[in-house]
Amino acid sequence: MMTPGLTQGSQHRWLLTLLTLIVVLLSLAPSLRLLAEALSDLTQGSDAPLWRVMQSAGTWRALWHSLYTSGLGMLIALTLGSLFAFVITLTDIRGKAWLVFCFMLPMMIPPQVTALSWLQLFGPASPLLKSIGMAPPLGSSQPLYSAEGIALLLGIQSAPLVFLALRTSLLSLPRELVEAARISGARQSQVWGHIVLPVTRSGLIAGAAMAFISSLGNFGIPAMLGIPAGYYVLPTLIYQRMASFGTGVLAEMAALSLLIGVLALAGVALQQHWMGRSRFGLTGHSGRAHDFSLGRYQAGVTALLVLVLLVILVAPLLALVVSSLVPAMGVPLSADTVTLGAYQEVIGRQGATWRAVSNSLWLAGGAALVLMLCSLPLAYRLQRLPPRLQNLTLSIIELPYALPGVVLAIACILLFVRPLPLINVALYGTLGLIFIAYLARFLVVCLKPVTASLAQLDPSLEEAAQLAGAGPWRRLSTIVLPLIAPALFAGGLLVFLLAVNELTVSALLWSAGNETLGVLIFNLDEGGESVLASAVSVLVVLMVASLMLSLSLLSPRLPKGVVPWQG
Amino acid sequence: MAGLNIQDVTKRFGDHLAVDGLSLAIEPGEFVALLGPSGCGKTTMLRMLAGFEQVSAGEIHLGDTLLASAHQHLPPEQRNMAMVFQSYALWPHMSVADNVGYPLKLRGVRGADYQRRVGQALALVALEPYAERTPQDLSGGQRQRVALARCLVTDPAVVLLDEPLANLDRHLRAAMEHSFADFHRRTEATMVYVTHDQSEAMALADRIAVMREGRLVQWATPETLYRAPRTPWVASFIGQGSQLMVAAGRPGQRLQEAELMRGLAAAERTQPVLVRPEHIHVQTAPTHHDVTARVERQTFRGERFELHLRLPGGEALLAYHPHALEEGQQVALILREGWCLEPDQ
Repeated sequence: MMTPGLTQGSQHRWLLTLLTLIVVLLSLAPSLRLLAEALSDLTQGSDAPLWRVMQSAGTWRALWHSLYTSGLGMLIALTLGSLFAFVITLTDIRGKAWLVFCFMLPMMIPPQVTALSWLQLFGPASPLLKSIGMAPPLGSSQPLYSAEGIALLLGIQSAPLVFLALRTSLLSLPRELVEAARISGARQSQVWGHIVLPVTRSGLIAGAAMAFISSLGNFGIPAMLGIPAGYYVLPTLIYQRMASFGTGVLAEMAALSLLIGVLALAGVALQQHWMGRSRFGLTGHSGRAHDFSLGRYQAGVTALLVLVLLVILVAPLLALVVSSLVPAMGVPLSADTVTLGAYQEVIGRQGATWRAVSNSLWLAGGAALVLMLCSLPLAYRLQRLPPRLQNLTLSIIELPYALPGVVLAIACILLFVRPLPLINVALYGTLGLIFIAYLARFLVVCLKPVTASLAQLDPSLEEAAQLAGAGPWRRLSTIVLPLIAPALFAGGLLVFLLAVNELTVSALLWSAGNETLGVLIFNLDEGGESVLASAVSVLVVLMVASLMLSLSLLSPRLPKGVVPWQG
Repeated sequence: MAGLNIQDVTKRFGDHLAVDGLSLAIEPGEFVALLGPSGCGKTTMLRMLAGFEQVSAGEIHLGDTLLASAHQHLPPEQRNMAMVFQSYALWPHMSVADNVGYPLKLRGVRGADYQRRVGQALALVALEPYAERTPQDLSGGQRQRVALARCLVTDPAVVLLDEPLANLDRHLRAAMEHSFADFHRRTEATMVYVTHDQSEAMALADRIAVMREGRLVQWATPETLYRAPRTPWVASFIGQGSQLMVAAGRPGQRLQEAELMRGLAAAERTQPVLVRPEHIHVQTAPTHHDVTARVERQTFRGERFELHLRLPGGEALLAYHPHALEEGQQVALILREGWCLEPDQ
């Protein structure tokens, strides 16, 4: 006979609670360690690392650069994102699904690939411009190596965030509110100005805040465009100091990270506040496009959107493909020069390239698998917590993802720079550290679809199984798991998609022999091997697009909002 | 005041015929209900009147103005109509007064005139103290009254109402039915009211268009619909009653007691007839030449009992009786009158 405290039900609950506690601690540990390091030795007065960093002119210059590029990028994102969101969600434009997919693609393409493809598009050595005879003379400068170049790419990369926030807001706008205005005598343009814009304004602001935070934490773009020009933003400043001075400057880097972390979290708070404001508690038939008739403007508006996509997506990718097919930078592409040599080099030779690809595949696949295994029991336990505790736990789990990647990387170095106590294993400088960082960073990406799916599940399904005699583990495996399997799988795919291209965290954590795919592209480009970098990037874009397509195929079986590019 | 003329209007969604050749001539100032089960096309018809949907074929006229045909479509904002939505559709970023005044603003009404007319409209629905609140602060019934005030502020030619009571509880419904009737009497606007609730339609409308699967089944006053429904389907949709087969009369004929009782006793019975429960007289002591029935079940309704009877031929019959009877008891029936139906299409 079992004692009441050890029945199957309570054993189940205790195990899950233990798991939750471990996960919460692991999510909090890096941030706490960073905080402790940054605030340490404050008693030393002006000699404390935090004060030293605060007094350095370089810090303030990089902070200004960060704010300038992110701010300008946010404005560009706002313009592009709201144009697409309003036109695609509100009007009867044709080919919506394709427009959305193409517009969302830049968000999923890793920043270093975006930067590389734009670099291949402009500048005197651009194989594309050379091939069509429009290249500027040799010696002229690359226009993208500038603050505005960085801002432009940050804007393009984060425009989908504005698009998504605004689209969600627009889709939850009940159709009746628009119809009531129409029948009150408002023309389409008046409806837009008087009703649609005011009601969805908070969604717009929330989207802008998200674009700003994301740009602030972006590493790949300012690294590839800024470092050659000596233009440093906060994340690249940390990277550069770490690359030059190693772990000796960790305390100062922790202080710098704290600065970005606080900025980013302030942005998150602002965004949450405005998202909350956007919930009017609207009733009516929402979730439907509003079908403003474009009428005779249909062709013009379609042409405008296609043109924007051609400029921000097709042209740079075309430049990337062209660059990957020439024998060397600066050679124009023609029937005589076209070669697949770069691809043979990437795929055929068992060198650093192949090692990086396999490292990334193992890391991303492993992280996706482990996180999928954790997410189900974790989400299951979270759902049974009181709402406030549940929100708090979710916020803690989200912390490593909300913080800029550089901050997490510095925090992980701080945590693991010394060998682990008791078992005496050193993680610093191994793939293991990158793996742990990925687990912390992407847990929330996998967890969110699962919690959303669980929340939709009717509790009576499980209660019926319980009455039929199924114990907790059996219910979890035979009732809950099959029903939320699509969401779990989607979460895993999203983690894989993000992790396989990750650059920011791995840029600080990699060591010789432990390169990742993101680092590889970055290093190849830095070493002047643009053709090889382009070939790797083309393969990466193909992989991203096919992963996105497979997620799209899965989307009919998923709760709303799991697949970001499908309303 | 202008009448609304719907001629052979058809609406197709892909292969699906939502409205199929509907024709109605609505008099100026008339209160009309479009009644039918969900999916019968009544809401689609209303949305075509408003201009939110285009007609696939047919024409809609308001007075001499062509509102819609297959080739022409006057946008909603130019139709001088107003609409009350099931979800109220109050704009959450505007105060109650701004919501009501919005149609005036669009018509260029400003200043003192604007204030006066918004005040009047709010007074009509007794919501003046709430003018500066936001719609979120109001109860369901209050929101519905704001929507109503917004409708009447511009003196529209036609007011459309899309199941306006569906989201309210039963108690509020009765109160709101009064406000609608009151509203109609004061404004004398032409009103088109969509509902699936027959008692609502009967209580409010001057005339009712009963719709089924996109077609008009009957277009008549509530009293005619109750007393002389055209088909068995309408008869079962409106009011209570039983349908029997008799060997007498022809469609559209009212049978009196003698004829009805004879027709019921005959062998070859092919004519469906509707017998309302108030036309059945129940006697507790049957003699051998009466029509008899067995009491299967009875339901207490306060002022009377509803008897569910079974005739010897197996047909069910509903009747009223002031007292409780024994279940299984035999009773004698006199059917005072019946209405001959034409078969369903």
